[in-house]
Amino acid sequence: MKLNLKVWRQKNANTAGKLVDYSVDNLNPDMSFLEMVDVLNDQLVKKGEEPVGFDHDCREGICGMCSMYIDGRAHGPQHAATTCQLYLRSFKDGDTVHVEPWRSKAFPIVKDLVTDRSAFDRIIAAGGFVSVNTGQAQDANNLPVDKHDAEKAMDAAACIGCGACVAACPNGAAMLFVSAKISQLALLPQGQPERDLRALRMVEQMDEEGFGNCSNIGACEAECPKEIKLTNIARMNRDFLAASLVSETE
Amino acid sequence: MAIDSKIPEGKLQDKWEEYKEHAKLVNPANKRKIEIIVVGTGLAGASAAATLAEQGYKVKAFCFQDSPRRAHSIAAQGGINAAKNYKNDGDSVYRLFYDTIKGGDFRAREANVYRLASVSANIIDQATAQGVPFAREYGGLLDNRSFGGTQVSRTFYARGQTGQQLLLGAYQSLERQIGLGNVEMFNRHEMVDVVVIDGKARGIIARNLITGKIERYFGHAVILASGGYGNVFYLSTNAMGSNVTAAWKAHKKGAFFGNPCYTQIHPTCIPVSGDYQSKLTLMSESLRNDGRVWVPKTKEDAKAIREGKKRAEDIKEEDRDYYLERKYPSFGNLCPRDIASRAAKEACDDGRGIVPSGFGVFLDFGDAIKRLGVETVKARYGELFPMYQNITNEDPLKTPMKIYPAVHYTMGGLWVDYELMTTVKGLYALGEANFSDHGANRLGASALMQGLADGYFVLPYTINNYLSDEIFTKAIPLDHPAFEEAAKGAEERMKKFLSINGKQSVEDFHRKLGKIMWEYCGMARNAEGLTKARKLIGELREEFWKDVKVPGELNDFNPELDKAGRVADFIELGELMVIDALNRNESCGGHFREEYQDQGEAKRDDANYLYVAAWEFTGVGADPTLHKEDLKYENIKLQVRSYK
Ligand SMILES: Cc1cc2nc3c(=O)[nH]c(=O)nc-3n(C[C@H](O)[C@H](O)[C@H](O)COP(=O)(O)OP(=O)(O)OC[C@H]3O[C@@H](n4cnc5c(N)ncnc54)[C@H](O)[C@@H]3O)c2cc1C
Ligand code: SF4
Ligand code: FES
Repeated sequence: MKLNLKVWRQKNANTAGKLVDYSVDNLNPDMSFLEMVDVLNDQLVKKGEEPVGFDHDCREGICGMCSMYIDGRAHGPQHAATTCQLYLRSFKDGDTVHVEPWRSKAFPIVKDLVTDRSAFDRIIAAGGFVSVNTGQAQDANNLPVDKHDAEKAMDAAACIGCGACVAACPNGAAMLFVSAKISQLALLPQGQPERDLRALRMVEQMDEEGFGNCSNIGACEAECPKEIKLTNIARMNRDFLAASLVSETE
Repeated sequence: MAIDSKIPEGKLQDKWEEYKEHAKLVNPANKRKIEIIVVGTGLAGASAAATLAEQGYKVKAFCFQDSPRRAHSIAAQGGINAAKNYKNDGDSVYRLFYDTIKGGDFRAREANVYRLASVSANIIDQATAQGVPFAREYGGLLDNRSFGGTQVSRTFYARGQTGQQLLLGAYQSLERQIGLGNVEMFNRHEMVDVVVIDGKARGIIARNLITGKIERYFGHAVILASGGYGNVFYLSTNAMGSNVTAAWKAHKKGAFFGNPCYTQIHPTCIPVSGDYQSKLTLMSESLRNDGRVWVPKTKEDAKAIREGKKRAEDIKEEDRDYYLERKYPSFGNLCPRDIASRAAKEACDDGRGIVPSGFGVFLDFGDAIKRLGVETVKARYGELFPMYQNITNEDPLKTPMKIYPAVHYTMGGLWVDYELMTTVKGLYALGEANFSDHGANRLGASALMQGLADGYFVLPYTINNYLSDEIFTKAIPLDHPAFEEAAKGAEERMKKFLSINGKQSVEDFHRKLGKIMWEYCGMARNAEGLTKARKLIGELREEFWKDVKVPGELNDFNPELDKAGRVADFIELGELMVIDALNRNESCGGHFREEYQDQGEAKRDDANYLYVAAWEFTGVGADPTLHKEDLKYENIKLQVRSYK
């Protein structure tokens, strides 16, 4: 099969970018989307042109590195899948496909389809942890956890930090990502001592990074490859509000 | 140079406690003056960096991904072993130690493995305290599952995402230290050389992958936690970026490489389907609990299936060869990884493979579905079936899965002593990057355990023993001749890649190397093939330096250039692996030499090969020097591993 691609090419953060046309032929529907980009890149390299820059590593949907905006959708047309889990059988022979980077003020473009998502790391550094030094832990079974809570915590912990939620959101909000971590730790006894502080600090950092506000559109949930739920945002808002009240009345 | 493993004297059970009691310490005021470089932020690196920073050291951590959270460790699915004996099924530190030694086919160091088993329980405590959402029972206590090679249930897990959750736990501890200013994190940086001054590791040269600049970093000690080298085979279950560069550069600067030929090939992966394929996907070992492995009895039937003229369903029960059940009646489909892999190869080499390439066998759930019903089978393998279907477009509930072995893990790595120090002073190796604990074959769920043991509980003790003598060492200026030379060397090498302007892409070379390695140094090896491979690799290396084409510029974001460096190193490593495999005239664990077998079973030679092969670099293409570390079994009796 053959695909006509319109790919965003941008040399670096300081230059303007544009869509460039490529067509790739002799494709196999069982190829992954990224393998198709590999083929394109190999052709470009052999012509002495610079290949398309894109992030990827595990190619199994778990590292959160891949991040393409395909035909107007974060990670492309397939539901609950990352870009690396998308296969060409989702397209038709001769289709024209637009490929762009995540677009958000908080994720500046590094090159082509590569963006800088380090804002996520800084949000975690601000409070997305339990303060326990190595060697300070008690026996794991001294702290039973309700199975139901543990499962819900795991649902939230499944977030891969890809940023599709931000890319999908018209406001560029990072609420789904931030709330997933806040929820995970809020659902577990280990997370209780720092619960308020965590919510305050992470939200504060999120605002500082320039992410937009949430207006309950739900695009994040719809595009999240790990099906992280909007209920996490509700939980985070509750925690944040409670924590803000406490810090104000103190 | 003689190698000293520095194994403490005393009884096996007491060695580590006594070591810790007598190891030198560094006081907190001095720790603040000491800088440590950690290359890699997978389980091993992130846990080490966080712990050292908590202790008060100044840490600089490096990874090539855009965030430390994305290291290859994230992909581990199954679980992590620990001798907690929560199930009260007779588990103990000794039993975990014993299983690991036996699983490794008696080629690991007793003292290291015992220490690993004894700190394993602390890992679970630490991870739980961090908020890692391990699976729980209804009573709220931690749940366990069983894994291959053991008779107890000691594997802790977080759904099918154990590696992810453990890594996020370590990553969050690391981020906390970054937030506190104790760790400086360098994402998208690739270490391209170690700087050694007066015999001691004193820093690294790294390429900033965004600007392309070659940068210099000083450290009183350097820790490599850069992962395994399975990608030398091109196709493997490793992440695309996994590479040997950090370890290889250390090797060229004097760190010996231990047992490079020990490679683990995992039996249940999705077969290669075309030339475009970039990686192979692992299907969990647990599938072999209910799936039956088979190929047709006759070559004719196999051919018909390959050509699409027949389907699996058309082959009658009596015409199927359930070869694992036939050959290993007592373990059947659940025999260990190395054995199951070799048996699949044998069947396919016999012309009975069932995918178009000829290299694939069936993993059939038909009987399980008849016995348990579709719903039960579906529930049991919840995430795996849809994953398989997404990749192959076939429903394993309707037609058998197709699988084939793939490269998965490397037991070999930088040689380290009991303190995890390489043969270069002040240079340490942790996690999959070292050779230490798995002998010739690793048991499932033990890599996560080892990486975290190294990073949380071993290195943070042993490194003090070295650094206590370094408290008066001032930071070495970055224009020191050794830094100058290393930085210049790195830059010249990259300029060379860019200037060759040949016809083949880096990918072409990587693919060719992978073919050679897989063909001659893969699941089965022999002297003739290995000798040939050495020649082919030498030729490939020359061709690479004449005909590779790397576009773009040095001082720019340039993934092709990064890849060129990695593949050039893989080619050199490939040669060493072949040399090591040729030297080891025996079969053990993942290393199967066809000449040394007993009707298909590996034949060890303890009289002559009960040693770790630690190789010293002598020059590209030159014969490396072999140093032997004799393995002493004082607590465990050497036996033949049999699964018949
Ligand atoms: C699909 C799969 C499933 C697995 N499942 C299991 C399992 O269930 N249980 C189990 O115990 N084991 C499992 N393993 C094995 C296990 O995941 C790995 O052995 C382990 O995670 C390796 O951890 P590490 O910290 O040593 O290295 P990695 O996680 O590979 O980390 C390497 C780090 O080094 C960095 N790095 C590398 N080179 C450089 C350089 N030159 N410069 C700068 N940074 C560099 C990388 O950026 C990364 O941060 C699995 C492996 C695979 C492939
Ligand atoms: S919440 Fe979903 S979309 Fe957002 S970063 Fe996490 S996994 Fe990606
Ligand atoms: S490459 Fe890792 S999630 Fe896609």
